[in-house]
Amino acid sequence: MNRNQLRIATNTGFGYLFQFTGLFCIAVLLGILAMLMYNATAFFFEASPIDFITQTQWNPNNNPLKASYGLLSLLASTLLVTLGAMVLAIPLGIGTALFMSEYAGGWLKHWLKPAIEILAAIPSVVIGFIGIVAVAPALAWMFGLNNGLNALNGAILLAIMALPTIITVSEDAIHAVPSTLKEASYALGADRWTTIRKVIVPAAYPGIIAAVMLGIGRAIGETMTVLMATGNALAFPGGFFDSIRTITATIAIEMGEVPFRTTHYYGLFAIAFVLFMITMVVNIMAESIANRARKFQ
Amino acid sequence: MKTKGVYQEPQWPMLLVLSCATIVFIMLIAILGIVFFKGLPAITFEFLTSFPTHGMTQGGILPAIVGTVMLTLITAVFSIPLGVGCAVYLNEYAQNTRTTRLIRAAIRNLAGVPSIIFGLFGLALFVEALDFGTSLYAAGFTLGLLSLPYTITTTEEALKVIPEGLREGALALGATKYESIRDVVIPAAVPGIATGAVLSLSRAAGETAPILFTGAVFYITGLPGHPGEEFMALPYHLYILSTQHQSIEAVRPLAFGTAVVLVVLVFLMNLAAIILRNKFRNKLK
Repeated sequence: MNRNQLRIATNTGFGYLFQFTGLFCIAVLLGILAMLMYNATAFFFEASPIDFITQTQWNPNNNPLKASYGLLSLLASTLLVTLGAMVLAIPLGIGTALFMSEYAGGWLKHWLKPAIEILAAIPSVVIGFIGIVAVAPALAWMFGLNNGLNALNGAILLAIMALPTIITVSEDAIHAVPSTLKEASYALGADRWTTIRKVIVPAAYPGIIAAVMLGIGRAIGETMTVLMATGNALAFPGGFFDSIRTITATIAIEMGEVPFRTTHYYGLFAIAFVLFMITMVVNIMAESIANRARKFQ
Repeated sequence: MKTKGVYQEPQWPMLLVLSCATIVFIMLIAILGIVFFKGLPAITFEFLTSFPTHGMTQGGILPAIVGTVMLTLITAVFSIPLGVGCAVYLNEYAQNTRTTRLIRAAIRNLAGVPSIIFGLFGLALFVEALDFGTSLYAAGFTLGLLSLPYTITTTEEALKVIPEGLREGALALGATKYESIRDVVIPAAVPGIATGAVLSLSRAAGETAPILFTGAVFYITGLPGHPGEEFMALPYHLYILSTQHQSIEAVRPLAFGTAVVLVVLVFLMNLAAIILRNKFRNKLK
């Protein structure tokens, strides 16, 4: 083989190699899906799928007569803490995004953007630690509780985790509103707040919804903060002052100790599969909303 | 007093959004303030350079620091070549076909997969199926998969800003496509690629959930010598010290110290990325 043939062969070879790395990404996603489905199927051969979606008791046990694998308490905990996080994070996040894009002057914006990036960079385990050492005592003192390790604590921490996503994505959406729309509104005599309410927010609406959805996806899948700060009690949650245990926390607690290839082991994959499907649906919805928004701009 | 005839814009909307931004800013300051105020006193030379002693109630966190550094290196070795390769494919080769759209959709979805599920996947694939056992390899590869979507996205951004003329110039001189990528496109994009890689590694270095079942342990005697062994890592160490230790109050100062080291490590990586990015920007101008 002469030199040029070698060059051409290398060129072709690397073309395939690059293509392979691209296909690898699909393989990873499909691999995750297959792994979850395989183990979840194994679980449903051993435990009743009806019980799984109708029972509230998650009580793994080596004795099959005593064991109970009900999803509902875990799912309700995950949804409750996510709901709480969104109640806090959505107004704060959108308000901050509006402040940054519509009110803040040059230097303030110059400082706020890196601040949001720093907030996003703090590892979740550190946020969880703050939940234990600062938020929990504060909640216990404020509401006269024994300890502050409850759903409210988890919701506050998850709000902090979701805020950078919500702020950045909705700020981008607000920023992308054509300035001609804004100018037209001012020209008609509207003030700044009316312009925000009637022109900017409606125009950026799909992007803001996408930001919220991404924030929800982030909060539902978050593990360490809820694991550390919500008390991990295995009961159906009654409210924000109850200690709760989310799907993610249950996997984190039990996977380390469970013997391989038991019903319990497969059960953890089954709840992981539920979690995966929820985050997937939320993320796909976020994406399709954002795409629709792009079409109109 | 109201001025007649002149419309006064109400002040409350501005105050409302200003207070939102202020609350977010105060949260950040409070988190960093608590961590550094309580943690900095625990940081001594001994804390950074010695092993935990007396059932982890005294001594330092050296093995956890070394473990996290080694883990991050393995993550880098795994995710950077794959991520850059995939980004090169998407930006330089791929036509707008079904497959390309599928790859892009897969990457976007991977970015949204919860980190604990990557932990399960790492357990099933690396620890069990490929039989690496719980080890630095298994945990590093798991984190590599987790950071892959970020590495790809940032690398693609870096490749996108390389002017088309550079590629055409290389091709006109007789280079093959691969040679133009290897000798022209990638070298020009290196600062951007490095920025993105460091950012995604800083994210991976702080992750806890994916290493829970893939190799992190409470305690090892001695430094992690071989990547096939289990290891200590800063985030996992902080998790254990703050929730699982039998004398939690006694080890609080150590937990705060660990939190400071972890946060500083992550911030230093971010700072490095920002410096790289600014250098890159100046060069382009």
